[in-house]
Amino acid sequence: MISMSLLYYVAALLFFAVAFFSAKDKRYSSALFWFSYGLIFLLGDFMPSALVGALVVLMALVAGFGGVKGGTYQTLALQQRLDSVKRLSNKLFIPALMIPLLTVFSVLILVHVKGDGWSLLDQNNATLSALGLAAFLAILAALYLTREKPQQAFKESSRLIEAIGWAFLLPQLLATLGLLFNQAGVGETVSELTSLYLNLNHPLLAVACYAIGMALFTIIMGNAFAAFPVITAGIGIPLLVLQHGGDPAIMAAIGMFCGYCGTLLTPMAANFNIVPAALLELPDKNAVIKAQAPTALVLLGVNIVLMYLLMF
Amino acid sequence: MSDFSLWPLLGIAVVMLGFLLKFNPVLVVTVAAFATGMAVKMPILTWLESLGTAFIKTRNLPLILLLPLAVIGLLERHGLREKAQAWILNIKAATTGRLLLVYLALRESTAAAGLTSLGGHPQVVRPLLAPMAEAAFEKKHLTLPDKIKFKIRAMSAATDNIGLFFGEDIFVAFGAIILMHTFLRESGIETDPLHIALWGIPTAIAAFLIHGSRLLRFDAYLARQLKDELKQAPRQEQRHD
Repeated sequence: MISMSLLYYVAALLFFAVAFFSAKDKRYSSALFWFSYGLIFLLGDFMPSALVGALVVLMALVAGFGGVKGGTYQTLALQQRLDSVKRLSNKLFIPALMIPLLTVFSVLILVHVKGDGWSLLDQNNATLSALGLAAFLAILAALYLTREKPQQAFKESSRLIEAIGWAFLLPQLLATLGLLFNQAGVGETVSELTSLYLNLNHPLLAVACYAIGMALFTIIMGNAFAAFPVITAGIGIPLLVLQHGGDPAIMAAIGMFCGYCGTLLTPMAANFNIVPAALLELPDKNAVIKAQAPTALVLLGVNIVLMYLLMF
Repeated sequence: MSDFSLWPLLGIAVVMLGFLLKFNPVLVVTVAAFATGMAVKMPILTWLESLGTAFIKTRNLPLILLLPLAVIGLLERHGLREKAQAWILNIKAATTGRLLLVYLALRESTAAAGLTSLGGHPQVVRPLLAPMAEAAFEKKHLTLPDKIKFKIRAMSAATDNIGLFFGEDIFVAFGAIILMHTFLRESGIETDPLHIALWGIPTAIAAFLIHGSRLLRFDAYLARQLKDELKQAPRQEQRHD
């Protein structure tokens, strides 16, 4: 029922709405950007992939040269807003809390609603389709409570999408880069390099190298899952497990966490670091990384000690 | 020695240089993708095709951010933030640091139970957590300069990330555990997934202690920042937005 294609069409609709509002506002380069994004969500499965690639390049150029500018949307006057708060009081929290609670409920319970050849939620993407269902019900509740027309929902989502701006594209673009890196054999090259130049006889040095390698390669790739196979094959297995006889389960568990320390430190992990900065309207796009850095660095040190003490 | 080429790494060099020189990240990543393609002598059409295919494959990524926005926007229009702020003012003991500490504990423990959707930047941090954390500061100090506001928001987002990362990885059905187990098996090493999840616990506790102790000192840190701020601009403190 709530398939990924349905969610993609909803996304296309939301992006087209942004394109519409920015075109109305005479911000044509923004409109072009959001229209292309919507087009990829609507027709992506039917377009030749080279054409999608060309659209992505077009979007990147528009965004990269400052063509995606934020709009101005009318908010309610302060007095009207305070009246709303007075009228709705704690009910205002209901739609907001519906999103996480209904998502969890759907993932745990509604995922089992299925029959012959159909299911309520997409079985391979249960969380996303649960989120879609929860968001839809929450929109109905919010429209009912606030007595707004449905088109206001499109205006509000457009307002927030434009507040995030080009950062919206970044997570997907980075994932795309990761896949291209794989195709070009970046992982193999790094693996070979590390095994050529690293010959560490002391286990503490080997542990430190593995831990820091995981963090550094995650910083470069933006994703600990991409770094784990490369660094574990290059340093972890040959040095820590085979040469020094360490426990592979402990190496993997703590090694992945070293990668997460890297995730906290890198703009390449855009969806965790750059997008929230845009979403919270922070002028410094690296502000979230700066807030995380002390925790990440101390924890990386602790991980090295833990791995050394527990593994051998 | 030289039977492998360093050219595939060109894209990484472009990324590092681009971010260091502070070019627009979207542009940097696109140029890096182009450089990687050229370095391995991909024809331009093939490059466009792999770019397109990869982009189509990753369309699920923006959804988690996109889907909650309409609801959050509607509620913000009708004063959700103001309500969240009023609510936190009723709790006498609430300070910015303590509020974030409670959130860290909740976020990390629910993520460890597999409930990763109980949180997140668009659903919880922007509409609820950050406004509450800001209000808790303003209640005590009666002022909230932009510099402090931005620090509080950044720390709210950071706390959500840290709670999520170091919680979810000790949930045994989480993708990362499966990934590690599968990769080690393919490399000829047998491990027990439960084992991998359990050995994540010491780090999960350490993460809570490290970030938690920073949050406990966050109130004092913000108070110091405010003092500096007021010293620098004694006239602007009256301005209120």
